[in-house]
Amino acid sequence: MRAGFVTKEVLNGLRRNITLTIAVVITVAISLSLLGVGLLANSQVRVMKDYWYDKIEVSIFLCGQLSDSPTCSGGPVTSEQRAQIESDLKALPIVANVYYESQAEAFIRFKERFKGTALVDNVTADQLPESYRVKLKDPKQFAIVQSAFSGRPGIDSVQDQRTILDKFFKLLGVLRDGALAIGLISVLTAALLISNTLRIAAFNRRRETGVMRLVGASNFSIQLPFLLEGLISAIIGWGIATGILSALKSLVDARVAPLLTFTNFFGWADVWNASLLLLLTGLVVSAIASFLTLRKYLKV
Amino acid sequence: MPMIRCENVTKTYSKQDRPALDSVTLEVAKGEFVFLVGQSGSGKSTFLRLILREEKVTSGRMYVAGKDLSTLSQWKVPEFRRGIGTVFQDYRLLPNKTVSENVAFAMQIVGAAPKEIAREVPEVLELVGLDDYGHRMPAELSGGEQQRVAIARAFINKPQILIADEPTGNLDPTMSVGIMKLLDRINRTGTTVVMATHDDKIVDQMRKRVIELENGIVVRDQVRGIYGYSG
Repeated sequence: MRAGFVTKEVLNGLRRNITLTIAVVITVAISLSLLGVGLLANSQVRVMKDYWYDKIEVSIFLCGQLSDSPTCSGGPVTSEQRAQIESDLKALPIVANVYYESQAEAFIRFKERFKGTALVDNVTADQLPESYRVKLKDPKQFAIVQSAFSGRPGIDSVQDQRTILDKFFKLLGVLRDGALAIGLISVLTAALLISNTLRIAAFNRRRETGVMRLVGASNFSIQLPFLLEGLISAIIGWGIATGILSALKSLVDARVAPLLTFTNFFGWADVWNASLLLLLTGLVVSAIASFLTLRKYLKV
Repeated sequence: MPMIRCENVTKTYSKQDRPALDSVTLEVAKGEFVFLVGQSGSGKSTFLRLILREEKVTSGRMYVAGKDLSTLSQWKVPEFRRGIGTVFQDYRLLPNKTVSENVAFAMQIVGAAPKEIAREVPEVLELVGLDDYGHRMPAELSGGEQQRVAIARAFINKPQILIADEPTGNLDPTMSVGIMKLLDRINRTGTTVVMATHDDKIVDQMRKRVIELENGIVVRDQVRGIYGYSG
């Protein structure tokens, strides 16, 4: 068959089935948008992790007056212990840099943080622990630092700020998984609708396909117009979905980002990557749905 | 090599104990005109469906247009059908296409060049006597005219065999005569014609070979035969 003839048949098919074509386009647009939101949520979680993990540190609190952990039974940390800890820290290859926070500095930070509360007046500098703030080259390697330092005399505790963030990211992860699941379910809905639409189209055009069969059209050429109709609907739906995601990105940039300054947001590259993935999803799902349906309803 | 050769062809549909065709052996030579007669349920349609390879034989061998249909693989069936034209009682025209488009459809399907289509469609329409009907819609035509369009479509790819399943079944006697003349003319171009019919007058007039089926068995095969039974 010639391309011109196929094109004409496909356009005729889409026009004759216009209400169903619109239904398929809208369903594909919505389901791909939902899936796209899931993908962008995934990007957002990744961006936030990059942003936050870059800022977090491991804190090694040294024994002070008030420390009551067993490793502090020998009283506040001695200067030899402190020197040993510092040199050991600097010798660790996974450590990016080490910052020593003295009791005086801790007190200044404490006052900043609890400014205006009664707490500030009741605490003195020597009640606060001194600490090492350690930045790791890879924040995931906390366990190495912990096993090397916790339990050592003179060290009260080793804290990873990641454990605080992890709870937050776990929550975000659940939200993201939910969004992806909804997206995938709606893509499945779209696939079923495409399949059903093609079934109706095949039934509506049983005269044509019957004649095609009689005059010796191959299976492929009988099915091709239907397949292309499904794919074209999917591509239009994908175009709309990409438009919706772009609008979402613009909205986030214009309205949300100025309000939430504590994090970065996903970039345009994430939108285009998601869009590309949606195109593939749309094409593959449509092709599979068409293939399975047509194989059943358009037999030679 | 005969155009159609059946060797002990039996066709049994699933869920039926009696075969629709029972051990049929016959030959149809190239360029022959054959009437297939018999009551409803005698196996005429099954025989035509086997020739078109819409069904597979249950046992026996069937050769059509030089192809062994029992070993013809499924993907080669469309190509095989291009060598066979088919005409039905209900015309089977596409209602939303013009007469020309209906005829051209058969050529477009097999990938003919637009130039070739533009040249051949008017020629075939002239052959069937519908020179000026190209732009009309099927619904505007009489039954006889619609059947001519169907014949034009069946003939345009120059098939070796033309299968006609009661082509005059819906037509009045005058129109039927016109259709038979047309089929006869097509037959004279060397095309083998196999026509199933209930129309006794036509069969008696034409005096062609008659094969009569009864309960799936060939009960009569007569050169220059007549319809020969009242049913």
